[in-house]
Amino acid sequence: MTPAAKLTGVSKLYGSFAALRNVTLELPAGRCFMVLGPNGAGKSTLLRTLAGLIRPTLGQIEVLGTTPDDACSRIGYMSHATMLYDELSALENLRYYERLYFPALPVAASRAAAALTSVGLDPALTRPVGDYSQGMRQRASMARALLSDPELLLLDEPFSNLDTSGTAQMIALLDEIHRAPRAADAPARTIVLTTHQPQLAESIVHTVITLRSGAVESVEERAR
Amino acid sequence: MTYLRTVLHHLAKDLRLESRSRDALNGMLFFSLLVVVLFSISFDPTRAVSREITGGILWTAILFSTTTALNQSWTRELRHHSLDAQRLAPAPASALLLGKALANFLLVTILEVVLALIFIVFYNVNVLGNAWLLLLVLPLGTWSLVMNGTFFAALSLRTRSRELMLPLLLFPVSIPALLAMVQATQSILTADSDPTLWIKLLAGYCIVFTLVCLMLFSTVLAAE
Amino acid sequence: MKLFLRIWFVATLAVLARGLYVALFVVPADADQGNIQRIFYYHLPSAILGLIFPYLNFAASVAYLALRRGNPLAALRADAFALATAEITILFTTIGLATGILWARPVWGIWWTWDARLTSFLLLWLLYVSYMMVRRFSSTGQTHTLAAVLSVFAAIDVPIVFMSIRWWRTQHPSPVFGGGQGSGLDHSMLPAVWWNLAAWAMWGVFLAAARYRLERLHQQQQMDAALAATEATA
Repeated sequence: MTPAAKLTGVSKLYGSFAALRNVTLELPAGRCFMVLGPNGAGKSTLLRTLAGLIRPTLGQIEVLGTTPDDACSRIGYMSHATMLYDELSALENLRYYERLYFPALPVAASRAAAALTSVGLDPALTRPVGDYSQGMRQRASMARALLSDPELLLLDEPFSNLDTSGTAQMIALLDEIHRAPRAADAPARTIVLTTHQPQLAESIVHTVITLRSGAVESVEERAR
Repeated sequence: MTYLRTVLHHLAKDLRLESRSRDALNGMLFFSLLVVVLFSISFDPTRAVSREITGGILWTAILFSTTTALNQSWTRELRHHSLDAQRLAPAPASALLLGKALANFLLVTILEVVLALIFIVFYNVNVLGNAWLLLLVLPLGTWSLVMNGTFFAALSLRTRSRELMLPLLLFPVSIPALLAMVQATQSILTADSDPTLWIKLLAGYCIVFTLVCLMLFSTVLAAE
Repeated sequence: MKLFLRIWFVATLAVLARGLYVALFVVPADADQGNIQRIFYYHLPSAILGLIFPYLNFAASVAYLALRRGNPLAALRADAFALATAEITILFTTIGLATGILWARPVWGIWWTWDARLTSFLLLWLLYVSYMMVRRFSSTGQTHTLAAVLSVFAAIDVPIVFMSIRWWRTQHPSPVFGGGQGSGLDHSMLPAVWWNLAAWAMWGVFLAAARYRLERLHQQQQMDAALAATEATA
């Protein structure tokens, strides 16, 4: 089966600073990965490279069997920034992004409302996203990442800015998303999340990758 | 066709955002008024002299007002890193630029209409030539400023002194267009020469630079 | 490379000296303008070279944009060349503008005129100064691409400016300095022109090559430092 991602000797250099150093990883499809490491270890850089937002300076990268650019419609990315417009409601935001992925989609077939419901938000809410609480905003951002029903879900610090109950809800949500059946012949969903609080996601994660100063320190399988 | 639909989709989003917040438009309208007042005081509009230079003053006022409009054109994308989400979507990047340029164009046209009316009052402007041609010159001139300006505003996002870089980049490149706008407007107002050549130059400039901006936008967007 | 540069430098100095000698002492003074006209032998090469180097920069920028995905190392070399030629462009356009202004005042009575040549030359200077500002103000990694994009704009804009102001000046003529490039020149003055053109061209090439080398060394240093960091975990 095609791995979700394959990195060979990937380095990202900014001048003389190496954000990623010689990273070689293979992420089999269908599993849940957690990337750990202190601040500045390169976790965000790794995720952005997988998403195609950053091009590696050295090395090869393959995502879902092709380049990140070509796979972009099958990738969902969420970071600490919501990437939503404060002045629009959640549904308006999602409908906007949905049309960028599926330009010819008729309004009736829109999945925006369903995506919002799946993360526990009410699609009928007309309040602009700027008025939402942190937890709601994060969930709306997750809904945006899920819009294209992605095979690869990249989540950068999904638990930051959340309180205990918010975090618990997010973990339950992630578990559900991971287990949720996709269309009949669709490949299983792969999740890669970063955090510097490992205990939070222990229950849902298969593999833990630890980064230090841009390099892979260890890759640990967990029994789930 | 899909491309055009995507462009209009982006345009609709920008107009909706503007209508929800409206902070930009109010500020810019007031700024335009101030500019006209300042110029009227600096260049005393006695009848004979005013007609000689009205074209130049009008377009300089429009240039300054446009710069304030352009400087904030990408702020909403920046606030929550929406540009990342735009890059991740499969829709072509140039459509985003074109949609935003169109939104800016509509915004600046509103400003211009107000500016022009105030000008006519303060400067006792009397159009001696074919006034209908102004309806051709104004949009072409505005488009040349707005297209390049939206592009350079995006380019400036990736530099340190963002608000300073925009005029530094935009003004030199716009000089031929500015010359054409001013000369065309002057010839129409004073009817002492034929504006056709200038209108053709302006149209040519618009076509060339629109194409260049659209072609280079994805390069600028992906520079990281 | 180093040896060649050294030889070139010595040759350049020799030609510069010869050019100076010819310009000041050999060729006759201009019948109308007198000795002040001799500044022309510095103005002309600067003006011509100020138009050649930006197009070298343009070619290098296009090369950078084309190569950066497929052959990043070659792209870096193209970028170093772009930077070098951009700086030399500013050098020559500054000298060209300054010598032109200094020449114009005593001879024609005005410091400046907005004719096609001067305006587009000034614009070239403005565009390349903004090019250097973009290079200075952008974050590492994006500098090359953004500057290259700006170079494309500059290359397209300058001819358009030239043409537009030429048209403008057919309607509203204004003083044009010096007539055609070599129109007022007597044959006896040509040696000064050729020697100085050669001298300043050699000087420009030397500076560009030296700057290129400097930038390459800098790039190499950065790459080495970064690679050392990556190798540390291999």
